[in-house]
Amino acid sequence: MSADVAPTSAEYIQHHLQNLSLNLHTMQLGNGGFWTLHLDTLGVSIVLGLLFLGSFYVVARRATIGVPGGFQNFVEIMLEFADNQVKEMFGKRNDFVGPLALTIFIWVFLMNFMDLLPVDLLPRLMSMADVPEFRAVPTTDPNLTFALSISVFFLLIYYNFKVKGFKTTIKEMCTHPFGKYLLPFNVIFRLIEEIAKPLSLALRLFGNLYAGELIFILIALLPWWSQWPLGFAWAVFHILIITLQAFLFMILTIVYLGMASEAH
Amino acid sequence: MNLNATLLGQMITFALFVGFTMKFVWPHLMKNMEKRRKKIADGLAAAEQGHRELEMARRKATDMLRDAKADAADIMDKAHARGNGILEDAKDHARSEGARMMELAKQDIEREGNKAKAQLRKDVVKVTMASAEKILERSIDESANQDILNKAISEI
Repeated sequence: MSADVAPTSAEYIQHHLQNLSLNLHTMQLGNGGFWTLHLDTLGVSIVLGLLFLGSFYVVARRATIGVPGGFQNFVEIMLEFADNQVKEMFGKRNDFVGPLALTIFIWVFLMNFMDLLPVDLLPRLMSMADVPEFRAVPTTDPNLTFALSISVFFLLIYYNFKVKGFKTTIKEMCTHPFGKYLLPFNVIFRLIEEIAKPLSLALRLFGNLYAGELIFILIALLPWWSQWPLGFAWAVFHILIITLQAFLFMILTIVYLGMASEAH
Repeated sequence: MNLNATLLGQMITFALFVGFTMKFVWPHLMKNMEKRRKKIADGLAAAEQGHRELEMARRKATDMLRDAKADAADIMDKAHARGNGILEDAKDHARSEGARMMELAKQDIEREGNKAKAQLRKDVVKVTMASAEKILERSIDESANQDILNKAISEI
């Protein structure tokens, strides 16, 4: 915990749930309503994304047709994994859905992984550099999870109209599932169904990681001798959760895109 | 939950990341893996082919060996037969040659015998004549009794 003035538990928790915000009106740190950027979320996610893309890019450049070495092997396993999921869930290979699924899985996993770093590590390092607050896990920021899910939502709309055609999609919206005489209900049902997709995607990831982080913060508040076993146990459990959540986000994205591109 | 402009920033970031993966990471690696898959498949096919060819060559070699053995046995048989034939011919030839030689020898002997007989006859006639001359003294005309003498010689 903090060295100089010991904060109360509430202050400690509060501090840990505070994003490093940039007010875009004044270009100064602080909350500026909608026009605020969470510098920590953006920063960590971009650094992790570049790490992922950079390493994969290097492998792609240097890839050999012969026996692949350690990291190339790993990258190829990841690619094959994403490709297989797309083939299974989407029904066929796709040169867009594949990279999308891969990016989501690796990127979300890396961001989730930040949760396994000790809760105080990055905030403390940052406070040494005079950064007042810092949240290390981008996926505990709903801005990020919603950014992903809303992007996916746009893709869903695009796929609906592109693959099935405008007329078919509108007809489907109006006549399913109750037939044409209950048209308004069909439309409302369809809209709810579609809107539930990005909401559930974003909130599931956010909720899981937020809760996980909160537990880590609470464990950090316990007496020092109990922190290690509890922290260890939760971290082990959390390894499953972060992988699972990254996997779920990827799979559901593929499934939704698959549903969007085939007629009911 | 306070949604703000971070959302937009993250969406742009996400789009860029997916775009990068799609353009620079995915196709290259996929092509690479496809090439490797093909290479391995080709290699396996080649191995299979080689295996088959080896099997065929082995079978061919066995066939050739068997044919060669059969040929050799055939040649041996023929050689035996031919040898026997030659031997038989030689025996026959020797036998007939021997018989001919015998025949010639017999003829020779006969001829010699005849010759000797003729000589003997002449000698006997001479002796007889001489003794008769001596017995009869000059009283006997040699030419008058010649036919009697000749008759006596042919009867000997």
